[in-house]
Amino acid sequence: MIGRSQVLHVARLARLELDAGEVERMAGELSGILDHIERIAELDLDEVEPTSHVVTLENVLRADEPRASLPRERALASAPDAGELGFRVPSPAAA
Amino acid sequence: MTDVVELTAARAAELVRAGELSAEELFSAYRERAAADELGAFLWLPEGSPAPGDGDSAGRPADAPLGGVPLAVKDIFCVEGTPTTAASRILEGYVPPYTATAVERLAAAGAPMLGKTNMDEFAMGSSNENSAFGPVRNPWDSERVPGGSSGGSAVAVAAGLAPWSIGTDTGGSIRQPAALCGLVGLKPTYGAVSRYGMIAFASSFDQCGPITRDVTDAALLFRALTRDGRDPCDATSIDLPEPVELPAAERLDGLRVGVVRELSEAEAIEPGVKDVFRATLSRVEELGGAVEEISLPHSEHGLSAYYVLAPAEASANLARYDGVRFGLRAESGDLLSLYERTRGEGFGPEVKRRIMLGTYALSSGYYEAYYGRAQRVRTKIAEAFAAAFERVDLVVTPTSPSAAFRLGERTDDPLAMYMADYCTVPTSLAGLPAISIPAGRSDGLPIGFQITGPAFSENRILGAAHALERAIGFDSSPARRASEGARAEVAAP
Repeated sequence: MIGRSQVLHVARLARLELDAGEVERMAGELSGILDHIERIAELDLDEVEPTSHVVTLENVLRADEPRASLPRERALASAPDAGELGFRVPSPAAA
Repeated sequence: MTDVVELTAARAAELVRAGELSAEELFSAYRERAAADELGAFLWLPEGSPAPGDGDSAGRPADAPLGGVPLAVKDIFCVEGTPTTAASRILEGYVPPYTATAVERLAAAGAPMLGKTNMDEFAMGSSNENSAFGPVRNPWDSERVPGGSSGGSAVAVAAGLAPWSIGTDTGGSIRQPAALCGLVGLKPTYGAVSRYGMIAFASSFDQCGPITRDVTDAALLFRALTRDGRDPCDATSIDLPEPVELPAAERLDGLRVGVVRELSEAEAIEPGVKDVFRATLSRVEELGGAVEEISLPHSEHGLSAYYVLAPAEASANLARYDGVRFGLRAESGDLLSLYERTRGEGFGPEVKRRIMLGTYALSSGYYEAYYGRAQRVRTKIAEAFAAAFERVDLVVTPTSPSAAFRLGERTDDPLAMYMADYCTVPTSLAGLPAISIPAGRSDGLPIGFQITGPAFSENRILGAAHALERAIGFDSSPARRASEGARAEVAAP
């Protein structure tokens, strides 16, 4: 079971603001989903290697050829607050 | 002239190449139909014709392999200069500075983009009800969902608003909507199609593939998507070991077909789906195939493993939506609450749920119990498939445990919604190619049949699907269905 405080802890890790109603609902829903998922706890998997990727690829290399990158003004075009040289954000030291 | 809506994309391309149909007329006929869309299939259509995005198809469409036949594109693919939202408020107004390889290759092969289609937000969902811009309705019954997450791409084709489309499949998002809308949906082997420019959900699962009216159309799009080989912009993309052939098989002689016990007889599968599935197995035998029951140990735990791994990957992938570089920003005095508020306001309920689930599964103290174990289940399922393919050539299951369900029926029960992926996630966990073809109807609604093969066996899958499609004779023509619907209404007491 997942409680309110755990939901708030995970939401902080995920940088996600939830209102009081969402916290309540999330606690119930995540508990239900995790109950189902926990069935895999009963399986004997001790000797099994984990799979993080299904395709066996190693050392995908390419020639180191210079090519044009995205021009700065295009990279900044979709930003909610762009300065001339970069993305503008409130100072991390504020607040 | 025949109504263009009656034509499969392959047939329309043939007519264009033969000079009997103009690509411009074909495009504007579909543009007009797409503009009149009442099912919510499209999120964006170009202002004028021809569409942006076909700038690459220099030369006459008649010379291009895809003949200028327009393509509906899931709104998860970035297209330069075209709004791309992944059906999320957090990307509202975002205009990408570059185009996804899949869209670029298809445009270059002569399939210009017709418009961007609706979807579940960030491809998370199985009913298309998680779109921030409204649901999509199933043309077979407008009170029912089209499936998801590529619901708009499926409905565009099923309703005759587009000749063909592309979607993406992470745990079933091409195959399940194709099944619920009476269409063909192909999820290629992981790595076959470039993911460059495709907004990421779960990177070790996501694959682009076609949703079409028939198997030949699917093969044509798949061939064009892969013809230029691996994409240097996607380090996980791979050259196919053999060129894609257009399917011609009419028989299944000598083919060994394994029926997965765990995924075909489970209680979760509706009786109507089981009936169509069994009838399709008889077709396989009539065509000369040998049907045998097989077991895929652990596949019944696929859903559990998938709903740990995919949200875990999503929680990392979606960290980029923070109100700094693109999309929505919720104003705030300090940086931390700018992040938190932007994400709280920008993401919908299902996306939040998955981010929370994934973050939890990856958090200190829980990592091994959830993420670690789920990765091991993934190994077991991949091994089970490998063992099965020692005995059989193809593996079959129903595509979806149910036919199209009613709008709103599962929105309050996330687990019930996740069950829609029961038969499709095991293949996704193993990275294998699979197709869904329409196999019949139950209470008037289409039912899909899923065929899975070993990695890079798309030619084998497409061939078997083609033979079965001919034997089944499912009618996916939107125009004929519309007149049939009208007749049914007249006939009703």
